[in-house]
Amino acid sequence: MARMKFLVDAERCIECNGCVTACKQENEVPWGVNRRRVVTINDGVVGAEKSISVACMHCSDAPCMAVCPVDCFYRTDDGVVLHDKDLCIGCGYCFYACPFGAPQFPQAGAFGLRGKMDKCTFCAGGPETDKSEAEFKKYGRNRLAEGKLPACAEMCSTKALLGGDGDVIADIYRERVLRRGKGSEVWGWGTAYGPGKPGAQPPAQQPQPTGARS
Amino acid sequence: MKKLLMLIAVFGLAACGEPDQVVVYKQGKYQGKPDTRPWDNEPLALGGSAKWTKGDRASWETQIKARQMTQHEDKRIYQ
Repeated sequence: MARMKFLVDAERCIECNGCVTACKQENEVPWGVNRRRVVTINDGVVGAEKSISVACMHCSDAPCMAVCPVDCFYRTDDGVVLHDKDLCIGCGYCFYACPFGAPQFPQAGAFGLRGKMDKCTFCAGGPETDKSEAEFKKYGRNRLAEGKLPACAEMCSTKALLGGDGDVIADIYRERVLRRGKGSEVWGWGTAYGPGKPGAQPPAQQPQPTGARS
Repeated sequence: MKKLLMLIAVFGLAACGEPDQVVVYKQGKYQGKPDTRPWDNEPLALGGSAKWTKGDRASWETQIKARQMTQHEDKRIYQ
């Protein structure tokens, strides 16, 4: 069973913003809404600059889904987290809950009024008739229904952004890392945020109090 | 009178318990419209390389997997 995920290779991302542009163009995302964006750390520091492309990560246990007061989120059979814009009230709880800042809100009027939430759909549309005009206007293109993958991943020039079944893209990434000749230090916290101070130790585990009331 | 006052006091204090107040998380249920599944669509009729049988999830996944492997540059080069 496919479980759709994105995977970003920080070693390869060149901050070209091709994924952002592809997403904008493919889904005709309105001005002010960015379903995908490239985040760079150590910007301008030679040799230490790293970029990753961030959008909805289609969490297996999605916080947005947990906090939504009108229960407008659902997960498809292939693991894509989508929502019904007809139900969304634009409260913004999902934005506060999401660790990736994926939910976006168009400026729907004066005085900072928020419109209905918009986010990455993994190019899987939404709860309207597949490939219909209504689906495109509300959610964007449904590429999965066309047997394709998200436009951002397919357009990535360096193939830093991989999209698809988690097992398959993890295998692609693993083979790539082995071919590079570097070990497991290539991915993970150390690569993204540096090795830390010399001699730094990981924080000790705090003993859990027994019989404590929560 | 004294007994009555004591009775009132006992009943009055009965409300001052210390029951556990724990927030219990309740999983919500999707309230929106049902969505169709990608494999329930016809493959693109014109110019598409996508091929699967309508309604057959396994054939759609085979198509998607083939598409995913185009992201693997080593496989693309050696083909």
